[in-house]
Order: sequence, then structure tokens, then C-alpha cells
Amino acid sequence: MAGTDHNPWRRFLALPNESRTKTLVMAFLVSGICALMVSGATVLLRPIQTANRAAEEQARIAELVRGIPGMTDLLEQSGGTLSTVVIDLDDGRAAQDVTTETFATVLADTANWTALEPAADIAGLAQRPDYAQIFLLRTGEEISLVLLPLTGQGYGGRIDAILALEGDMNTIAGIAITGHSETPGLGGRIEDPSWQARFPGTLLRDEGGELRFGVARGTASTPYQVDGITGATRTGRGVSNMVQFWLGPDGYGPLLRAINRGEF
Amino acid sequence: MAARFDVRRTLTEPLIRQNPVTLQILGICSALAVTTSLSTALTMSVSLTVVLTLSAMIISVIRRHIPDSIRLIVQIIIVASLVIVIDQVLQAYFADISSALSIYVSLITTNCLVLGRTEAYARHNPPLHAAVDAFGNGLGYSLILLLVGGLREVFGRGQLFGWQVLPLAEAGGWFTPLSLMLLAPSAFFLLGGVIWAIRTLLPTQAEAPDHVPPADVRAIE
Repeated sequence: MAGTDHNPWRRFLALPNESRTKTLVMAFLVSGICALMVSGATVLLRPIQTANRAAEEQARIAELVRGIPGMTDLLEQSGGTLSTVVIDLDDGRAAQDVTTETFATVLADTANWTALEPAADIAGLAQRPDYAQIFLLRTGEEISLVLLPLTGQGYGGRIDAILALEGDMNTIAGIAITGHSETPGLGGRIEDPSWQARFPGTLLRDEGGELRFGVARGTASTPYQVDGITGATRTGRGVSNMVQFWLGPDGYGPLLRAINRGEF
Repeated sequence: MAARFDVRRTLTEPLIRQNPVTLQILGICSALAVTTSLSTALTMSVSLTVVLTLSAMIISVIRRHIPDSIRLIVQIIIVASLVIVIDQVLQAYFADISSALSIYVSLITTNCLVLGRTEAYARHNPPLHAAVDAFGNGLGYSLILLLVGGLREVFGRGQLFGWQVLPLAEAGGWFTPLSLMLLAPSAFFLLGGVIWAIRTLLPTQAEAPDHVPPADVRAIE
């Protein structure tokens, strides 16, 4: 570089720091490089993170099943595995052309999602998939346990959970929270095993068949309620709405009826 | 910077004598939150040291070309990007610990220690010096975090790195865990104790009292 003037980069560096050009260019340069770094890391590491999350969810399902009284014995009797079924949420039957292998790709297609009416959308989801992957455990021919994945809107973001129902499709056998972004120490306590331990035995519907389940604002007063978490009213309401929505007519309602009719 | 650069001094000074946590009371928030076990404390220490050193180096490299008017935002954006990268790495390779650290890794961005060192040192010194200083400060922070984390894990659970070191009473041993040690206030007590111990040994660190108590009244009478 003979003259400093011919190299634009050097000319730029030689500018006084206070000049407007230098300020602007530096700002863009720094943010551009940082953006590259951040997006590079995110994109490169995403497959590993997804695998981690899937493994974690598997571990939670296993833990949920183990935590339900008598479940380990049941599992041993039935060969130790839960069968996975992809169901069509609209008619509550096993999906014909979707398998567990193709499930993820099918859900990636927006055509397989249904927009929800604002009145029906109590869980704040805006749309729900047409297919869901559930887990069934049989004792002989009878279904003794169903695991249903749920999603809802909490205080800080989405809550993902898996709800286990006993064979009567009305008694909760357990719940596992697989993902949430609630405030640590407050709503984040939905992760606590001690809070989740209050779910088993809670009933969903009364004799008339009406869905009565809810998270109480304080201590539970009916067999359909679970104690709330102090200081986390909106998280509790989020969990209530999530269960209400997913076990209702737009969620697993048709499936539960089909199971009760003995179609599975 | 006419004086010769003393690597050892820059590196060891922040360990006790100029410790960022106990002397300058920086980075207390994370020191309280993530020290319930030694492994989370260690992960946090390593993450912070890496972020601190890298950001100090980067900022020192471009220090002559950072316009003064956007100085802070440039520093913050560099620190924040490094933190996101570290957070992603932790989520990918240390998923368990990453969920235990929850939001505190992201909060390294607002950790006064990082910005304090880049603003006070890296901005005026060449990259190597800045890196050594940042690394030393990271080590000082790590030292306190590991100390508090180790004490809390031993007394709260009887474990170190998840290994049972003290036999628990419920498992037939003699040790009854102190549940208080797993709550945030215990970190305050421990940190206060450490600061008191250091200032007793090194009285120069003690701050001058804000108020001088009135002299004995009877002496005037």
C-alpha cells in the first residue's frame, strides 16, 4: 500500500472516531459480525439441541410412567413398553396415512393445522395440529393408561405437558411438564414433583359428563381441583385452560369417547 | 502505560486482593442464584470467564476505532453475542446444567463484572494485557463462586459434585442436611462471611465508615 489514500479500508480507519461515517460504519460492522456469530452458533447447534430435547422428553415420559403407583408392575406385565399411536384429532381414530416416523414432517406442513375460533381457543393456541401422537398402555385387551401431550399458553410463554389418564378416561394418573418458560421460583414451580404429585386422583368430569377440572386459586375444594401455586395465578390458569381445551371437543374429546366405546 | 506489564501480578491480584466479588461487590446476583451445587457454580464460572476474556480481547483489539458516542452499545452487543453463543453451546452439550442455570447464563450480559472490566481496562490496554486481566478477574469470580457453591453443597446435601461425601442420617450416617443452605439467603450469609474474613486479614480493603460515632459524651463534661 503505497499511499494511504488508495486503500478505502485504511482511509476509513484513519477517520477520526467522532466522524459520523465512522460511527455509522462501525455500528453496522459490529452488529453484522455479531449477528453472523449468533446465527451461526444457533444454526450449527440446533440439531444437537433438538436431539437433547427429544431425549429429555422421553426421559420425562418414562419418569411419569414410573411415578404412577403400580405402573412399573403393569409395564412389566405388558412387556414393558407403551405403544405409540398417531391419532386424527377430528374423528378421534388412529390416523390412516400418518405414522410415528412421518409425524414430524406432517406437522411441519401448515395444511395439517386447523385455525381455532377465538371463542373455542381457550388455551391461547390460535391453531392446533390435526394429528397427535399419544401413548397407550394395555392390560390384556383393556386400555389401562393413556398419555396425552398438551400445549397451552402460560404466563411467560408456551407450556408443554403430558397428561396421564387412567383407564376410565376420567381420573388423572399423573402429569409431566416437558417444557415451559415461566418465572423461576414462581410459575416455574409447575416443574416441582411436589406440585405435580397433587394431580393423581383428580377427576376431570362430574357425573353429568361436564368438564370441571381446574387449578384452584388457593387450596383445592372439589375433587376436580388441584391446589394452585402461590403467586402464580396466571400460570395456574394457563394449566387449567390447557387441560380444559385439550380434553374438550376440539382436543382429545372425540378420542376419549372412542376409547370409552372400546374402539381402541 | 509506561510501566512494564506484569503478567503474574495482573493475573493474581484479582484473586483475593482485588477480587471483583468481595471487594467491588460485582456479580452478586449470579453468585447467589447458581451456587446451590458445585457443578452449576463451575459451569457458570467457566462461562463467565470465557465471555469475559473473549469480550475483553475483542474490545481491546478494536479499542482505537470505537467511536465514543456508541462505546457502551458496542461493548454490550459484543458481550451479548458471546453470551448467546455460550448459552447455545451449553444447551447443546450440557443440557442438564443449562436447565439448572436457567436464565442466569443470559444474565451474564448484564453482569456488572463483564462490562466493568471491558469499560475500565480493556478499553485502554492492548489485547494481551486485557485478556490476562479479564482472565484473572474471571478466576477471582470463579474462586468465590466455587467456594460458596462447595460450602452450600456440602452442608445442604452432604455432596460434592453429586458425590456423597458426608453420610446422611437417613441413610444410616450421622449428617443431617441443612436445608437453609440450598436457599438464596445462605449464599448471602456465606458471601458476607467471606468478605468479613478477607477484610479482617487485609484491613486495607475495609471502607472508611460513613459516620463517625460521637465521642464519649462524659469525656467533655
